[in-house]
Amino acid sequence: MPLLEVENLRTSFYTRAGVVRAVDGVSFSVDAGETLGIVGESGSGKSVTCYSILGLIPQPPGRIDSGTARFDGVDLLDCKDNQLRRFRGKRISMIFQDPMTSLNPYLRVSDQLIEPLLVHERVSRRQALKRAIASLEEVGIQDAGRRVHLYPHQFSGGMRQRVMIAMALINRPEILIADEPTTALDVTVQAQILELIRRRQQDLGTAIIFITHDLGVVASFCRRVNVMYAGRVVESGFTEDIFGSPLHPYNAALQQSIPALHRKGESLFTIPGAPPDLSRDISGCSFAPRCPFAADLCRNSPTSLEEPIAGHSTACLRVLRGEVSDLRLKPALAAV
Amino acid sequence: MMVFLDLRDLKTHFPIYRGLFARRQIGSVKAVDGVSISLQKGEILGLVGESGCGKSTLARTIMQLIRSTDGEVFLQGKGFSELSSRAVRDARVDFQMIFQDPYASLNPRMTVFDTLSEAIRTRQKYRRKEMVAKVGALMEMVGLPANQMLRYPHEFSGGQRQRIAIARALAPQPKLVIADEPVSALDVSIQSQILNLVLKLCREMELTMIFISHDISVVKYISDRIAVMYLGKLVEIGPATEVVERPLHPYTRALVSAVPIPNPQLERQRQRIILQGDPPSPLNPPAGCSFHPRCPFAIEACRLNAPELAEKEMRRLAACIRVGEI
Repeated sequence: MPLLEVENLRTSFYTRAGVVRAVDGVSFSVDAGETLGIVGESGSGKSVTCYSILGLIPQPPGRIDSGTARFDGVDLLDCKDNQLRRFRGKRISMIFQDPMTSLNPYLRVSDQLIEPLLVHERVSRRQALKRAIASLEEVGIQDAGRRVHLYPHQFSGGMRQRVMIAMALINRPEILIADEPTTALDVTVQAQILELIRRRQQDLGTAIIFITHDLGVVASFCRRVNVMYAGRVVESGFTEDIFGSPLHPYNAALQQSIPALHRKGESLFTIPGAPPDLSRDISGCSFAPRCPFAADLCRNSPTSLEEPIAGHSTACLRVLRGEVSDLRLKPALAAV
Repeated sequence: MMVFLDLRDLKTHFPIYRGLFARRQIGSVKAVDGVSISLQKGEILGLVGESGCGKSTLARTIMQLIRSTDGEVFLQGKGFSELSSRAVRDARVDFQMIFQDPYASLNPRMTVFDTLSEAIRTRQKYRRKEMVAKVGALMEMVGLPANQMLRYPHEFSGGQRQRIAIARALAPQPKLVIADEPVSALDVSIQSQILNLVLKLCREMELTMIFISHDISVVKYISDRIAVMYLGKLVEIGPATEVVERPLHPYTRALVSAVPIPNPQLERQRQRIILQGDPPSPLNPPAGCSFHPRCPFAIEACRLNAPELAEKEMRRLAACIRVGEI
């Protein structure tokens, strides 16, 4: 049985400019101990999906229109704030993108680190501090006994992200949601942090939902991947299949537009146009206006995520009907 | 072939003062510390390095936005250090820059026409009607419809704004363009559009360009040569593909191996070099080779002497004494 099961989640923002359907019918599940990647461009709804699950969407203007998120028999989307608070920071926790802004600059690291312990467990400050120091050591901060009393500005970016990780894992959560945890960091530091998250995951058996826009990070880090576009999951499957045999033109095109997979001098494949305006009604497939394989059917018929191959789903109507099988856009790109 | 842009032992140091009344200098941040490199006409040089390594300061020093502490920039044999500020300003028409964040680098109160015509006027003045035609041509060149020239930046998406910023940089027909992380703020699908555009324009206009990025795969794709910077110094220079596929300097190796490849099979077989720690502070750089505290191959000699950037193979320079051994 999956640890977390999200079904048909819809989150909209009611703004002056209209109703923005940020997440439009998203379903997925996470098993205990696994790593699920959610990949998509900015505005694709990947963060809003996770914020909705944790009740972090500001309401108003946001509103969760429908959906369920079952975690241990409880629907997270339909429980009272105080009930949700028992899960948040205890059994499900989160790391945010920017370690510079997600720590409180006025408080010592020690105060911030022990807060989840004091809130969720019956421990004395002294015991909590001991565990805080141990948790800093576990994320590779040397001289933790002294450093725990410093302020966030006395740490570098990579160090602050380590503190965030220590804080998120201090209660040994069952699920860790990591929202672009390495985007603000240098590649060398990114490699350190990814390695650290991986190691802590093995120690604690935590399931991770990893939100990122970087396909490279997904390839190295995740077991399964959801590809999101315009508020919907358009493709979902095991990492090998998502990269080895894409079933949705958006995923295929995205991979073919990365410079890393191109030879020099050959021009990059580009996806024409820009993502759609989510405040307008989209009939049919949201990717159709930019899709080289789009037919009339794509513009009119509603799409849903189907599973043509066990464990690998797609929302592309033409792939599902068997009309398109080769999503490669240029033959030369096959050679990596 | 003639050298187009020549940097000779360029240094930019920022003094640090202490004390409110009796200010005295207690040290300096050596943001750029002895950079020498020359570019041919039409060449694209990729400049990579971690944040804080001095890439952007080097760019601004070449642009003469910051006057160098020591050393000299020559453009087509002409030096800048003796010029007066006024002369530098006139000469700067030849240098243009594209910045990272197209949301911050365009004036929100100027229409596209205002922005681009101002840039064109720095080179030559035209009458209104001619100017409209010039601006229209520029917009079409970067793939924007000319009938949108009276719109303001907020009416454009991030990718389109970056196209406007590119048009603005090319408007005065510059000799050298420095692009400082021009695609880092953009989404993957938009990134490739902008990279293709930059590459196409460079070829058509025979532009000489310095392309700064922290993403080594982007740099490999776009540039002819790559220069790797660490703590204010260049540690490796060489042809782009060779530097990425067979790096000589241990730092370049670590940098290349830290970039995740979007291919799960290759990713699993890879040998990773994970550097320990953060880059040291340029305020107080380590003695000897500045990379030695993080270098997995460091030996005693690395702690003592700073290695010189020297030619190790044909067209390939590296500042490491152990290149042949590792």
